[in-house]
Amino acid sequence: MMSQNQRLRQAITTSQLYRSIFRHDYVDSLRNRALEVTSNIFLHLHPVTIPRHALSVRFTFCLGGLTFFLFLVETITGLLLMFYYRPVPDYAYIDMKTLEYAAQFGVVLRNLHRWGAHLMVVTVMLHMLRVFLTGSYRPPREFNWVVGVSLLVMTLLLSFTGYLLPWDQLAFWAVTVGTNMAAATPFIGAEGPFHEVLGAQPLNDVRFLLLGDMKVGSNALLRFYVLHCVGLPLFAIVAMMVHFWRVRKDGGISRPL
Amino acid sequence: MESTDRVQKLLELTRRELVSRGLAISGWSTFAAVLGTGGLETVRFFYPRVVYQPPSTFRIGPADGFAPNGDDSDAFGVLLVDDRWKSQSRFVVVRERNRIYALSARCAHLGCTVNWFNDLRIFKCPCHGSEYHSNGVNFAGPAPRPLDRLRITVNLDGQLVVDTSVTYGPDRFDIDGAFVSV
Repeated sequence: MMSQNQRLRQAITTSQLYRSIFRHDYVDSLRNRALEVTSNIFLHLHPVTIPRHALSVRFTFCLGGLTFFLFLVETITGLLLMFYYRPVPDYAYIDMKTLEYAAQFGVVLRNLHRWGAHLMVVTVMLHMLRVFLTGSYRPPREFNWVVGVSLLVMTLLLSFTGYLLPWDQLAFWAVTVGTNMAAATPFIGAEGPFHEVLGAQPLNDVRFLLLGDMKVGSNALLRFYVLHCVGLPLFAIVAMMVHFWRVRKDGGISRPL
Repeated sequence: MESTDRVQKLLELTRRELVSRGLAISGWSTFAAVLGTGGLETVRFFYPRVVYQPPSTFRIGPADGFAPNGDDSDAFGVLLVDDRWKSQSRFVVVRERNRIYALSARCAHLGCTVNWFNDLRIFKCPCHGSEYHSNGVNFAGPAPRPLDRLRITVNLDGQLVVDTSVTYGPDRFDIDGAFVSV
């Protein structure tokens, strides 16, 4: 005799709706455990089996994982901040102040976003240092090192573009200085070496491309905002997909030699 | 020889082969052309055709408005530095014994606005500490060259007019337009 609970459970687990979502019974066999993982998009991000060496935290310190965790924190807090922030010179600063003083929980969100960004730069650097010191960049992992470097660049560009958005004095002058440095780029910067080769002028060089203007103004604010919220994260997500996939394909998580 | 071989090969193609090859070539060229122009236009899209900026010319009053109190010039021949227009329009006006010129307040290093310290008789940049004499010539910090000078002219009413869109580097400090004689 089945109890009421068992009947209910069976009714649910044999229904077409349930079977269309979950393909497997929860039978505790090795094969079924593997199937559970490989047939679920979220679970399959983790390997089916974990080698014993992967449990040694002090080899990797989970620095890549921490960086990814911080990326998720930045995504969630950033998404929430977007509900109050308008990337227009007239409003940007007051919206930032509104978030700090007038939005419930806003000051926590803003600080989580800001400190998380700083911390992400630190963890990504430490991750790179760990990979270097353990020689984990060596074949067959050379290409994943390259992908990792592009992710480092993405992290720095996300920090730089986010720096302008508070639209205060620090933001304004930091980006003025940063984009003036871009004008010193060889060939494509109006003040850089070899700028005459391609005819780079203040009105067509890479600095003008970044700012959309001759100086930091409304075009620059909007550009940095779009890059910060959409363009760079999209690129970073694609690079992360490749990065994580390659970790698995290049022999799994790094192990002590 | 080779080219005649190629012509020979073309002549040997059947009509069906010729048509399909022609279609393939024209199809792929169209694809490449659309993608290429699309790419180029997308890059061009990021360079705005028009940027909206406030007017770049400023009337700053007649030249005798810059008469110094005494006759004492500093070590660089400067009698007076007037920074009334610095915060709004980013230039300062300098009076020497025989000429008036406008200095751009944009630091020659990385573009921050320099401040005038009248008691020290120097310009200082708040970003990286570049320092300039009263005549705009750099003497400390990372600045690679003196402050730019701006076009200054006298209009028909006898008013001095500064145009911040025209700058003069050190090699053009003495040409017409870089200063007004008094």
